[in-house]
Amino acid sequence: MKDQLRVDPTVCSGHGLCAELLPELITLDEWGYPIVADGPVPRSLDRHVRRAVTDCPVLALKLLPAR
Amino acid sequence: MSGITQSTALWYASRATGVVSLLLLTGVTLLGVLVNRQGRLPGLPRFVVTGLHRNLSLLAVAFVAIHVLTAVLDPYVTIGLVAIVIPFASPYKPLWLGLGAISLDLVLALILTSLARARLNRRFWRGLHWFAYLAWGSATAHSLTSSTDMHSGVLLYLVIACIAAVAGAVIWRITQAGREVPREERAAATLDMMSPRSVRAPARRGPRENIH
Amino acid sequence: MTFGTTVPHPGQPLTQPGGAGDGLPRLLPARGAVPVDLRTHLGRLGQPPYAGQAGRLIPVLQAAGLTGRGGAAFPVHRKLAAVAKARTQPVVIGNGAESEPASEKDKSLLWISPHLVLDGLQLAAEAVGSDAAGLYLHRHPRLLENLHAAIAERAAAGMDRAGVEIFEAPHRFLAGEESALASRVNGGPAMPRFKPPMVFERGVAGRPTLVHNVETLAHLALIARFGPDWFRAAGTDAEPGSMLCTLHQADGRRDVVETELGTPLRSLLTLDGHTQAVLSGGYHGAWLPAADAARMTLSNADLRPAGAFVGAGVLAALPADRCGIAEAARVARYLALESAGQCGPCFNGLPRMAAAMAEIASPRPDPRAVTDMIRWAGLVQGRGACHHPDGAVRFIRSALHVFRDEITRHGQGRCVDPARRPFLPLPDSTALSAADWS
Repeated sequence: MKDQLRVDPTVCSGHGLCAELLPELITLDEWGYPIVADGPVPRSLDRHVRRAVTDCPVLALKLLPAR
Repeated sequence: MSGITQSTALWYASRATGVVSLLLLTGVTLLGVLVNRQGRLPGLPRFVVTGLHRNLSLLAVAFVAIHVLTAVLDPYVTIGLVAIVIPFASPYKPLWLGLGAISLDLVLALILTSLARARLNRRFWRGLHWFAYLAWGSATAHSLTSSTDMHSGVLLYLVIACIAAVAGAVIWRITQAGREVPREERAAATLDMMSPRSVRAPARRGPRENIH
Repeated sequence: MTFGTTVPHPGQPLTQPGGAGDGLPRLLPARGAVPVDLRTHLGRLGQPPYAGQAGRLIPVLQAAGLTGRGGAAFPVHRKLAAVAKARTQPVVIGNGAESEPASEKDKSLLWISPHLVLDGLQLAAEAVGSDAAGLYLHRHPRLLENLHAAIAERAAAGMDRAGVEIFEAPHRFLAGEESALASRVNGGPAMPRFKPPMVFERGVAGRPTLVHNVETLAHLALIARFGPDWFRAAGTDAEPGSMLCTLHQADGRRDVVETELGTPLRSLLTLDGHTQAVLSGGYHGAWLPAADAARMTLSNADLRPAGAFVGAGVLAALPADRCGIAEAARVARYLALESAGQCGPCFNGLPRMAAAMAEIASPRPDPRAVTDMIRWAGLVQGRGACHHPDGAVRFIRSALHVFRDEITRHGQGRCVDPARRPFLPLPDSTALSAADWS
């Protein structure tokens, strides 16, 4: 998947589900906000990425086509 | 099996699944408030709260479907299929069953929009989701009026507990929201929180200690 | 409430610094800060040279090598080309919302040469095939009055092909950011938005929107008349043309000057022993030791390797008898309070960094302040919807480096200026409610 995982920081309110569902790519900073790893998303994590994107309570996590 | 026994079985099934539906809807509503307030179920990861909220709502639809179909199929009372979704269209107890139809319509709208959430305008989805409280309220009113089951015994305590729980959750949500710092004031509030000498505070701080 | 200084009064002379390029000034009249009215403007430059077809101006701008004068220095022809190929009718907005407290050049340009900017707006609109243009600026009553009158005069003379509407921006540091501009023009608060979509893809009214700094538009208006070679007669090969700078001298004087790129910084600022450091690029810019700055020219070729950049031409010389850390702490506090409060890393990180700066600026500071600062700087960088946290980090990091001797002195309980007299300009208002963002 050549797509990139990004967080819309204006919408994110630090629920923290994404870090639970996708710890390979997302960690939380000391204020509870997600730090998303840069670069294209590895295929092996497809399912988990999709779930993290769907489960974000405010839909802040987005899978965007690489520019 | 005689006609009356069959009817009784359907009638009991409808009443039983009705009670379960109400309990599930109450649970879903409480979980919804918990999600919004970024709360957790003790000892469980955060994704359980959202997952449970979604799964119980789907389970509730299943139970409501059985509740409604058994009631319609029961030949002892005339309800009619149309009355399932069109409020007040039932010849039997039109007003009380109408409340049930309202609740069902709203629940279906909430679930369908939530399944399509990624494709919908965020503000529209959020605005519609507020009707969840109305869906629960309408279902509770329907339960209390369509049958006398919940007017005594265990079921009475159950329905009182449901109403108290949702009322408590709503009050909690309103008071918490009242304490939230509007975004235009957040930076100033954080700065106030950090007097010059409080830089000595520990490095790890949880979200609770921050301005959200 | 004041925001920056007032526009220059008529008669106040604008200095023309040394520089080999002739043909300066270009954007401002040769003598005095007297506003150029329409008749004078037409007498000097004639009617705006419409190309007659969309897109014709773009290769001219490419040959000229004009880059944005709003701070980002993005090639102008690339922005126009991106908007021109849109399938829906684009919108063009001239960005005159000079939110940088230390910058005066856009206000001065709009006050003195409004018709040059408005010409540029029309020519840019034609180039991208737009008939809807706008001017976005902060609420300065006299300036707004002048601009309304100028637009009306042009409309009466039938000069303009695109309708021009004026949009007012609140006095917020982030109000001039592109997506904040689009949000404000769309009726919302002047707060930045997450990208994608970029403003040139979807901005005002959902349409592709070309946003250019007003000085950029002024240069565009002249290039359309005199051609790319004329433009390149000033500046360097890599960074051609002239630009407006706001200079803050060590003696407290403040000037807006037009100079060519590549001008030595020492001919713009007095960099003798009385100056300890130079701030280049405003409050999202970087500090340089005076000795280094004295060897550099006004060019990204010289400034970028030193961690700074030309930006919107704000240059400030900090006197040797002031505390650089205290100065930086005041600015850091301002930057923190100007956070829109939308993005967690920003409204959590910037105030903490400002508090740490205040700690470092005080006598015998807690040594953990610097360690915390470095950690927070790493946490906020790149994690906002806009570049506000990045700019704040750049400013603060460069201050910690350039004023490290002062930090050592503070550790020993000493300070070069215990009175901590302020030098850099800062407005004294902070946002308190949503109304402050509209």
